[in-house]
Amino acid sequence: MSDSFTPTEMMTVAASRALKSSDVCFVGIGMPSAACNLARLTHAPGITLIYESGTIATKPAILPLSIGDGELCDTALTTVSVPEMFRYWLQGGRMTVGFLGGAQIDRYANLNTTVVGSYDKPKVRLPGGGGAPEIAIACGEIFIIMPHGRRGFVEKLDFVTSLGHGEGGDHRARLGVATKGPTRLITDLCMFEPDPWTKEMTVVSIHPGVTRDHIAANTGWHVKYAADIATTSAPSAEELMVLRELHARTRRAHGDQA
Amino acid sequence: MSEFMSLADAVAENVRDGDSVAMEGFTHLIPHAVGHEVIRQCRRRLTLIRMTPDLIYDQLIGMGCVDKVVFSWCGNPGVGSLHRMRDAIENGWPQPLAYEEHSHAAMANAYEAGAAGLPFAVFRGYIGVDLPRVNPNIRSVTCPYTGERLATVPAIRPDVAIIHALRADRAGNVLLEGIVGVQKQAVLAARRSIVTVEEMVDDFGPRSPNAVILPSWTMSAIVVAPGGAHPSYAHGYYKRDNAYYRKWDEISRERDGFLAWMKANVLDRGPEAFAEQRERLSLATAGAP
Repeated sequence: MSDSFTPTEMMTVAASRALKSSDVCFVGIGMPSAACNLARLTHAPGITLIYESGTIATKPAILPLSIGDGELCDTALTTVSVPEMFRYWLQGGRMTVGFLGGAQIDRYANLNTTVVGSYDKPKVRLPGGGGAPEIAIACGEIFIIMPHGRRGFVEKLDFVTSLGHGEGGDHRARLGVATKGPTRLITDLCMFEPDPWTKEMTVVSIHPGVTRDHIAANTGWHVKYAADIATTSAPSAEELMVLRELHARTRRAHGDQA
Repeated sequence: MSEFMSLADAVAENVRDGDSVAMEGFTHLIPHAVGHEVIRQCRRRLTLIRMTPDLIYDQLIGMGCVDKVVFSWCGNPGVGSLHRMRDAIENGWPQPLAYEEHSHAAMANAYEAGAAGLPFAVFRGYIGVDLPRVNPNIRSVTCPYTGERLATVPAIRPDVAIIHALRADRAGNVLLEGIVGVQKQAVLAARRSIVTVEEMVDDFGPRSPNAVILPSWTMSAIVVAPGGAHPSYAHGYYKRDNAYYRKWDEISRERDGFLAWMKANVLDRGPEAFAEQRERLSLATAGAP
């Protein structure tokens, strides 16, 4: 390692490493988009990135602010309509990975992006599900990137927007869902994978400099750890350089109209 | 057969109090100029349908035009909340707002069912989630061939569809390119439609035989409204005004500031405001990002 890095950079780099060059990835906006494009610009140049606006195999030089920035269409292999995207490409089972973020998550990686509080009288009205409810069941597997914190990592969700492992165990299979669901959860403190039997998200790797106390203080449930815990490799000089250049290009492009 | 009209006439003739109105455009080509005209003409009790309510629905809701929203994702993309929509839902200002919430897949399928003349859409979705508990329009059927249980939602059949496209030819046919969203489906599903365009051309010229073209006889009114998608963008004409989306967060946060901004920038202005923005953000003069 040749440089210091922020927890968010560690999270984005760790998330990017989860992707393979052979993946066909349905990309959520925000942090998933940064991780997916970092993967494309480093170890996974062949990855196919797909955004729900209909852009297939897009190669944006800057990160889009929205899910349908012109940059995505300009650099895509092809752009299809939104009904075609959801019917043929997502429901049709063409995606190996869906990459999501969320506002609230529970120990089985179910996600809430709908409301805090009750649905009819919400304390906070969040944006809602968008593509997530069907991304969560149609993609081969799901990666989730979310900064750790007590507000987001909760014992019980106020609302289930998209299905993770439900109540755990074989719940997905009992609901008739054949895909794997969340196989990785990457935060700014550590990485989780589901326990093979209970499907509870279990810490498998801790980022450099982070303690178990730190993880416990930021998680709303009693965290379980795998038998073998790795320390996440710190970002390499190349990973950091590519990520920072990507963000710098993005800032210049989005700021130039102010 | 479509008819070329002024923005004011197109709205006066096609959008009525109490209508269900779908203004579509998936980030690209959002029909802001028409939305502002609807606000200026003080339409009331509208049901607004849109996959991704963003700034234009925030403005319509904050100005008291709307009774109900049907949507699948509400937010200022990449920035945060829609403060006016949240104020209506959470505090009933300026009036209570009913809403019917779906997923993107459900709404995309529902538009397609509407365009196809079917009563409902069927798809694989809404499994293991809470939306069907709070939205009675989400139901299911059992596949007669495989026995699989599949989700259903009613077709979307708006009174009026409103979209922004790139060009119209003199015969009133309309061309869309780039991120085409659900606009074609929305127009074909609706009883009436208003389509604004960046420009009128004599002929579309060389193009792919598979270009997305709406024939003149599928639409009601066509309006030449340069810049009419601002602050969203028009492929090949001008870029998305991302700085404006960021500024909206501040403009819309407080009721008074919002109302003052709407008076200065919408009520006291007309379609020329959009042409000015197009000039400022033009791809020809501003340079590519």
